[in-house]
Formats: sequence, C-alpha cells, structure tokens
Amino acid sequence: MNTSSQQQNPAFYALLVVLIIMAVGPIWLMLTTSLRLNVDIMSETSSLLFMPTLQNYETVLCDVLWYDPAHVDYCDPTFGRALGNSIIVALIATGITLVVGCMAAYALVRFRFMGRDTVSITTLLMRMVPPAVLLVPVFGIWTFQYQLDGTRAGVILVYVAMNLPFVIWILQSFIVQVPIQLEEAARMDGANAFQVFFLVVLPVIKPGLAAASIFTFRIVWNEFLLANALLDRNTRTVPVTIVNSLTEYDIDWAVIMATGMLLAIPPIIFTFVASKQIITGMTAGAVKG
Amino acid sequence: MGAITLGRMTPYVFLAPAAAFMIVGLLYPIGYMVYASFLDWNPSQRIGEAEWIGLRNYVNLLQDDAFRESMFVTLKFASIVVSLEMLLGVGLALLLDREIRGVAVLRTIFILPMMIAPIVVGLMWRYMYHPTVGIFNRTLEDWGFQPIPWLSDANWALTSVIIADVWQWTPFIFILALAALQSLPRSALEAARIDGASAWQQIIYVKLPLMMPVLIVTALLRLIDAFKVLEVILVMTNGGPGLSTEILALRVYRTASEFRELGVAAAMSNYLLMLLLVLTVAMFIYNKVTEARAARLRQMAEKG
Repeated sequence: MNTSSQQQNPAFYALLVVLIIMAVGPIWLMLTTSLRLNVDIMSETSSLLFMPTLQNYETVLCDVLWYDPAHVDYCDPTFGRALGNSIIVALIATGITLVVGCMAAYALVRFRFMGRDTVSITTLLMRMVPPAVLLVPVFGIWTFQYQLDGTRAGVILVYVAMNLPFVIWILQSFIVQVPIQLEEAARMDGANAFQVFFLVVLPVIKPGLAAASIFTFRIVWNEFLLANALLDRNTRTVPVTIVNSLTEYDIDWAVIMATGMLLAIPPIIFTFVASKQIITGMTAGAVKG
Repeated sequence: MGAITLGRMTPYVFLAPAAAFMIVGLLYPIGYMVYASFLDWNPSQRIGEAEWIGLRNYVNLLQDDAFRESMFVTLKFASIVVSLEMLLGVGLALLLDREIRGVAVLRTIFILPMMIAPIVVGLMWRYMYHPTVGIFNRTLEDWGFQPIPWLSDANWALTSVIIADVWQWTPFIFILALAALQSLPRSALEAARIDGASAWQQIIYVKLPLMMPVLIVTALLRLIDAFKVLEVILVMTNGGPGLSTEILALRVYRTASEFRELGVAAAMSNYLLMLLLVLTVAMFIYNKVTEARAARLRQMAEKG
C-alpha cells in the first residue's frame, strides 16, 4: 500500500489539484464576477487582474446597510426583505423540524410499537416525492382551505412536513446508540419521561442533531418551487427573487452573482465547519438503506 | 422495559406533533393531488367547482406529443446522468482510495456543489455558458475555435444541462463509493494481494463485487434524485430551446404556473410519482433480498 502510493505521488497530487479546480472553479468564478463591475464583465478583454469592488453587494443590500452607498441611485428593497424572510423561514422551519423530529425518533426507538422497517419505508417513500408533485395540491389547499397563502407560516408548514421523515430517520440511528442504562439511571433519580429526553438523551446525540439540522436548513434555505407558489411580494425568499430577476436579455450579471453568492454563503460555511457530519448524514442514506 | 415504568400515553405524546405535521402538510396534499388529477380545474376555481372528468387527463396526456417528448427527455437525462456519474464517481473513488491527507480536504471541497442552492448552480452555469461573456466561449475564441451555442441550440442544450448535473452530483457518488471502499473487509483485500492479484484484478474481482450492494443503492438514490432535478434546468434553459430540456418535473411546474391547468399538472405529477414508486420499490426489494442473502450466508458459516 505505502510503496505504491509513494511511487505515484506526483501524478496523484496533480489529479487532486485538477479535481479541486474543477469542483471549485465555477464557485470561484461566481465570486470574482460578483466583485467586478458590469462594465468590466462585458468588455472584450477579460483580464485576470481587476480591482475588486463591493459595489454589487452594496447595490443588493442597500436596504439593510447602515449607510447609503454613493453609487446607488434607487434603492431596491426587494433583496433585503427577501434575505430577512429567508432567514426567518429557514431558522423557524429547522427548529420545529428538529424538536418534533427528535421526539418522534425517540418514541419510535424507545417504545418500539412500530417496526423500524415502517420508518425506513416511509423515509424512502417521502424521499421519492419530488417537490414539483406537491406544487398543485399545496397551492390548492393552502389557498382555499388553510388560508395560508402568502404567509411564512404556510411555507414553514410544508417544509417541516417535507423534512420530518429524513430527520426522524437519521436521529433514530443516533438514538439507538444511546445506552439505555443512562436513561434508567436518570429515571431512578426520579426524572420523568420528558426530563429524561431533554436532559439526558438530547445532549448525547448532539452530532446527530448537527447533521439533521444542516440537512434541513440547506433544503429549506435553497428551496424555490414551493416558496414561489405560496409566497407573495412581501414574504418572498431569496431563491424566488433571484429567479424573478432573471430576464431573457440584459441580465446584470455582476449584481445577480452577488445575490447568488449571498445565498450560497451559509451552506458554504456549514460545509467547512461540519463536513464530517454532512458526510455521515449522506453516507448513512445509502449504506444503511 | 421503559414502557412499563412510563405512562401508557407517553409514546403517543412524543409522536403526535410529527404525525400531525405529516398528515396536514404531506399526506393530505398527496391524497388531494390524486383526487385533483380527475378534475378539469384551473387556479381561479375552488376545487369543489371543478368538473369531474374521470381519467380524461391521463388519457389526453398519453396522446399528447409534448408530454411524451418530455417523458423521453426525462428518461434520457436521468439515464445518461446516472451512468456518467457512476462511472466517474466510482472511478475516482478507486483511484483516490489512499491513506493520504489530501483526500479529506478533497471530500470537504467536493461537498460544496451539492450544498449550494440549485438555483445558484443554474446561475453559475448559465453565466459560464453565456454566448459572449461566458468563460467557455471566451476560451474557445481565444484558442481560435468557433463558439458553441451551449444553451441556444436544441442539440447542445441537453448536453450542457447534463454537464452541469455531472459537475454537481458526481461528488455524491464519489463520497459514497469511497465510504464503501474503506469499509471493505481488509482480510479479503490482503488475501487477494498475497495471492498475487494485480491492481486491476483486485478491482474487478474483489473490490467491485464487494461494493456492489452499496453501489446499486447509490445508483438508485441518484436516479430518484435525477427525476427531481428542476431548478438548475429552470434557471439555465427554462426547458428550451423548444422542448429539448423540458424534463417532467419542469413540465409539471410550467403546466401549473404558466398554462394554469391544475388537473393536468396533477395527472402528470401522478405519472411521475408512479415512475418513482417503481424505482423505490425496486430499491427496497433489492435491499431486502441482499439482507436475506447475507443472513443466510451467515447462518451457513456459523453451522460450519
């Protein structure tokens, strides 16, 4: 093993570098584009050297900045508002999904009145349902029956429901590993079921909670389809505003890339902070079926 | 044991919120969609006012050339994308399965394309494919080649969309294949090495067969996801030019939001759902069969 890898080292590292460039290249291009002026982008000579500028970000965020950027004539409040909506929706939906999912996963493992197979099948079936399939019914029901169209509560409800199966399933695999003796000891000391759950079980399964919350947050933060169908002008999230600002011709690439970058930053940060948990969540899906 | 000391209602209290959310937000809507697929329904009507037309939506769809075309595009897209990604992902995993520090970094960086919003991925690729300012055509022109009409030509558009998807999802296969490789029993690999198997022989006769269960599940998971790809294509081509990149999920979206025929969109969703159901059931059965076989082998081994 060692000898063969040492012999091939140069080619091996060259391959690594190429792969990394290929993986990061498009993202890097988006970042540099967002730091240029539109004039620069359109000019024939695309020089690698340019003065980076934050102007595009100022244009996008003008509504939430504490100062008035000099170059912005008319401040469009759309994006600032959308960013606020995105943050609210993503945080609340993730929070609810985690609390509710955790309790359900605990009940399924510890009280075992439903087979674990049932949960696996439900997870698998729910993973199969494309958001596009939910579009028609959700539109009809939310508008005419729940009266939730245009509200953040409306999308939060779908998002929680959509993400619960996966969260329950992944947390379940962590809770199984919590030694039952730990809980029994707590119960001897007079803790009730809720105390055992919140004070004993939850702290032990922190890595599982991290994986589950990142997955949920990512899906909710990035979701476009249902948000587009359910939200109105004032409650729109960022992906919806990005698609709306894409026109057939004359796209302001610099500004739109800045918007895209802002949408991409939270998931990128999560990736670097918690790549291990993300990979755990991802591989668990296939390896355990 | 726990259930005896606790109140009999406790599990239900713990489960109730999750059950409520899933019934209200998921199961009821899906049932509603099945019902809506039998109606002639547009968004301005309440569902009660819509006319019941039985199976007409389904029959009409089967005779609709545009729908059949989009079904064909979906199958083509999904099969090409999954085979390319499996080939590249598994190949890379076999190549990079070494104990070298770089692999951990590579894995972290490789997750990035999957974490970023599909909308943004579409945006990045649309920019790179741009006929004049995009990096591909600029480079081609710099090297003295003809620019390629990446997204504006019906023959190229599907290829361009496939390239973007391969960029985004090959890492998924790579990571799963690598995890499978690293959990292979060391003893089998060592035995093969001691018996003098070459690197190729090890891969073909030992590693790939042992990885097969995980690889098949991975391929099926990816296949299911490939049918759900929508946002990337929506941003890049919006299904065009013509119908060349209009996959089924995108057509559902456009039927509902642009053509405002909810009943037809629901029927289309049902077709998509049935297709995915077949795949999911196949995956589940495959899992059960391999588990059963493994259990049988274990039993035989224990008996001696």
